[in-house]
Amino acid sequence: MDGVNRLARKVPTWVVYLLGLVPLGYLIWGAVAGGLGPDPVKAIEHALGERGLQFLLASLAVTPLRRLGLNLVRFRRALGLLAFLYVALHLTAWVWLDMGLRFGEMATDLTKRPYIIAGMVGFVVMLPLAATSWNGAIRRMGAVAWNRLHRLAYVAILAGVLHLSLLVKVWTVETLVYVALALGLLAVRLVPKAGRARPAGV
Amino acid sequence: MRRLTWSDVTPQPAWLNRRQLIAGAAALAASPALARIEAAPSRYSTDAKPTALEDITSYNNFYEFGTGKGDPAKYAGGLTVDPWSVVIDGLVDKPGTYDLADVIKGQPLEERIYRFRCVEAWAMVVPWIGFELAGLLNRVGVQPSAKFVAFETLVRPEEMPGQKSPFIDWPYREGLRLDEAMHPLTILATGLYGEEMPKQNGAPIRLVVPWKYGFKSIKSIVRISLVDKMPRTTWNMLQPSEYGFYSNVNPKVSHPRWSQASERVIGSGLFGGRQDTLMFNGYEAEVAGLYSGMDLKANY
Ligand code: HEM
Repeated sequence: MDGVNRLARKVPTWVVYLLGLVPLGYLIWGAVAGGLGPDPVKAIEHALGERGLQFLLASLAVTPLRRLGLNLVRFRRALGLLAFLYVALHLTAWVWLDMGLRFGEMATDLTKRPYIIAGMVGFVVMLPLAATSWNGAIRRMGAVAWNRLHRLAYVAILAGVLHLSLLVKVWTVETLVYVALALGLLAVRLVPKAGRARPAGV
Repeated sequence: MRRLTWSDVTPQPAWLNRRQLIAGAAALAASPALARIEAAPSRYSTDAKPTALEDITSYNNFYEFGTGKGDPAKYAGGLTVDPWSVVIDGLVDKPGTYDLADVIKGQPLEERIYRFRCVEAWAMVVPWIGFELAGLLNRVGVQPSAKFVAFETLVRPEEMPGQKSPFIDWPYREGLRLDEAMHPLTILATGLYGEEMPKQNGAPIRLVVPWKYGFKSIKSIVRISLVDKMPRTTWNMLQPSEYGFYSNVNPKVSHPRWSQASERVIGSGLFGGRQDTLMFNGYEAEVAGLYSGMDLKANY
């Protein structure tokens, strides 16, 4: 584990950003070259949503992994921002490619379709997270307030998997795995930290 | 020699309309290597441009082969469609297990270019080859007490990998009211684009009911039962609040997940946008009479 941690310390964070953008490049290439199949719109919407969910899960895995001894905290911001990027592009794909800018219908969907509402909650709570993702924000807000605000990531992941559960027509193993990972990553946060469990001063 | 297919002879963009299709068919008739199906044109065909064969055969909801749209094209190849028989039972004069050739025997094949609308708010235009279900039902003799027709898809998990999923209670089931089943628009299709039905599209024989959401058009049929009670249907069993027995295309009745006001047209590319969905998928003139006096919101 120490070896992995030492290695992780050597990797510059831009490498994570770069790797995180590879799937996006791949999608753009597919869209331009026409390799996305009969329904490129759904293919793009689906891929962007799924990447968003995966990066959100990855960013939420950092803290539990640290408790297991693996320190990837340096990459957490990159993972979170990549999640935000993909979800924002996912929303853009919906507005533009899927709904074809039919704003009236979108307004109805935003009030009537539970899965759209859940997705939108997920996106909206990620906005303040992205906006306070720079170092200056942590300094200005103070670590305590910043940490408290960033618990919105829990809301985002819950909204994300709720969105997914509501939109799939039948359960698949894939969906269940995502839901289980999300709930698992939230559940481990309820387990008291070993240090804190002991009475103070003893 | 490799078996020629329709697309070998005619470039995709040439699939413009029925007239061209028939012109192409005449040219093809000269080629003896081809398993072409002879079919007469039909007055029920739309003039809309058929979706490319490649899209029709690679974008399918056929959960027997997996839930992905590409899964049927990927996994249906191993399905044995010959021999094939269909059990026709229930309230009929001549019940029995009919060989496929016997089911089709004597039925006039037509080419029906129909709009196809999926409940997921996408649409295609498909040049089906088939015959009216009424023709078959009349041949086997529907008894007066029959009110509905129930259909079942093949169950064969060794060849249909999606049937290993425990989330659906196989077989896939569908049903129609008897008057819907007897309507001349309702066909049993055995081919498309002038050839045998591709396996991913429901070979060797499937239902097509163009004014209803696509899931009503059950594929790879092995059983047709005439019954006196409304039969259970797969999507209704899964989500009764979302998928009604009727499931007529209706832009004014939205599905909890999808507004049904508009649809995306498969093959229209990245920026194709949407088109308005038509009442009864554009077949209002032909079928609205079946539902006169019925509350279509309650009977979704
Ligand atoms: C935290 C935020 C979000 C996450 C993690 C997320 C994730 C996903 C995932 C993984 C899928 C693919 C599901 C599948 O096809 O199997 C998906 C589909 C979809 N999402 Fe999102 N999403 C989010 C927000 C949104 C928002 C804000 C909207 C629009 C307002 C939206 C609209 C859609 C639509 C329309 C689909 C496709 C549904 C279909 O297949 O027809 N999502 N999303």
